[in-house]
Amino acid sequence: MKFLSDKALERLRDGAEMPDLAGTRYRLLERVARGGMGVVYAAEDGKLRRRVALKVLDVPGTDGDLANRLIREARVLAALEHPGIVPVHDVGTLADGRVFYTMKFVEGNRLDKYIESVASFPDRLRIFLRICDAVAFAHARGVLHRDLKPANIMVGPFGEVLVMDWGLAKILRGEVSNGARDADPEATVFEKPKPTSIAGDATELSVVTGHGTVMGTPGYMSPEQARGDVEHLDTRSDIYALGALLRFLLTGQPEIASAPGGRRLDKSLAAICAKSTAAAPAERYPSVQEMALDVSRYLDGLAVGAHRESIFDKAGRFYRRYRFFILLIAAYLTMRAAILLFMHR
Amino acid sequence: MSEEDFQHGGDRFPPTRRSVIEAARSIDAEERDRALAALCAAYWRPVYKYVRWRWNRPADVAQDLTQGFFMELLERELLEKFDAKKSRLRTYLRVCVDSFVSNEDKAGRRQKRGGNVLHVALDFAAAEEELGATAMDPALIPSPESLEEFFEKEWVRSLFALAVEDLRELCVARERERTFHLFEAYDLEGSEKISYQQLSNEYGISVTDLTNALAWARREFRRIALERLRELCGSQEEFQREARAAFGWDTK
Repeated sequence: MKFLSDKALERLRDGAEMPDLAGTRYRLLERVARGGMGVVYAAEDGKLRRRVALKVLDVPGTDGDLANRLIREARVLAALEHPGIVPVHDVGTLADGRVFYTMKFVEGNRLDKYIESVASFPDRLRIFLRICDAVAFAHARGVLHRDLKPANIMVGPFGEVLVMDWGLAKILRGEVSNGARDADPEATVFEKPKPTSIAGDATELSVVTGHGTVMGTPGYMSPEQARGDVEHLDTRSDIYALGALLRFLLTGQPEIASAPGGRRLDKSLAAICAKSTAAAPAERYPSVQEMALDVSRYLDGLAVGAHRESIFDKAGRFYRRYRFFILLIAAYLTMRAAILLFMHR
Repeated sequence: MSEEDFQHGGDRFPPTRRSVIEAARSIDAEERDRALAALCAAYWRPVYKYVRWRWNRPADVAQDLTQGFFMELLERELLEKFDAKKSRLRTYLRVCVDSFVSNEDKAGRRQKRGGNVLHVALDFAAAEEELGATAMDPALIPSPESLEEFFEKEWVRSLFALAVEDLRELCVARERERTFHLFEAYDLEGSEKISYQQLSNEYGISVTDLTNALAWARREFRRIALERLRELCGSQEEFQREARAAFGWDTK
């Protein structure tokens, strides 16, 4: 029997990972990323002559939790036709027995990279509102995302915002297609979290238990989700993640920075973040729309529902909202006062 | 789309052989022997190297202990006691090896074992050479986690080597020896990778033919390795976990 060197083992692993696209309309272009269940490749659709993203499972077989999850993810995506949700094109099994699906190839940047080039708060808030639109749409169709985080949001070259990676999605009720609901292995998706020793940036990685079950991401996961309280998860769990996402967009951290020196948030925005990431679901916004409404009101210089203002806060907001006119009037009055002073000399 | 639609194409992935765990519990003696042979084929090298390295035993003692371990596995029906829900087979066997060697030490036994009980050719000389080729510094592997890692690496090496051997036999049976040579030259040999162009020139074939041949060989290697792996696992969950570990999908 041939002895295999460490290098040979690596080459065999690399070679075995490549999907076998024989018999499909796709041609492999390059490896794009690895997720919890498998790998995403860039591929060319030979019939339509376009670039697609091909997500393929690691292990072969159409049964088992992972295959069910990938198929379910594809079906959930197919049921969610929205400009803010990446559209799925095709689903099937490769010649090597692995389940795959193809989706739109999104060229652009992950949100955490993209915002490095977006300095203004209002611009960041507008991006956030587009994320809210997509999530609210999914909620209206009875789907929870359950793994909202910057790494799962893509921003395209024309500023289009797409919510990706619906592998953890939970179907709340029968408003999506029956196929997606039937394939939901709800009883097996969640397990109580175990301590993990994930190296590197915890915000990048979804927690994977010993059984390979993805649960969410530390920092963005609601307390009930972290407890594995599957039965009681509802849209407010995603609202928690959106709150953490909003805080990340504004401060660079999903959680309140414990160390001094962090960027100070405006009271209204801090209140929106705090309300959406309240430990008790009942204290959070009841819907994404209401959260988005508060953010919109802030952008318009109006009072937000999450924050009870003092008279000084109101004055400060009034000043910010009408700064131009206030300064104009102040300039006019100063000028008049100066003229009067000059005439009475 | 019905579930049947997902089976399309999957028929090229052949049904798996029965798990050794199930086979070891069979009332059919032949089936049990086959299970032990499959297990032994995949694990004797890791076990031997582990005994040599972890227990620091000389080659002849490690050979006896390795054979003794697999015989004990059969005699004491240790595979029947394995619970796939509690641990991986790989970890269970490593713990059994530790326990076996420790008990042998306590009893002060040293039996000369051998014969045809295992029905598997154990090429200890080759294993000894391999051990030399993968020289390790014991100081670098001080923790129990590292021991597990060492055992896992040797287990993957053994599994892949068996799959390569199966692939070679498959290529011979299908008169695709050249494909195997290409696979061997590109994926198994040499410290530096040669280019597709160089290799195709060497064999006098086009780059496209070379690409297709390598794609076929890799696909078959993957299929065979996973098939062997599935045979060595007690459950679908264990198989998925072990496949991720063997192919490094957890670490990439």
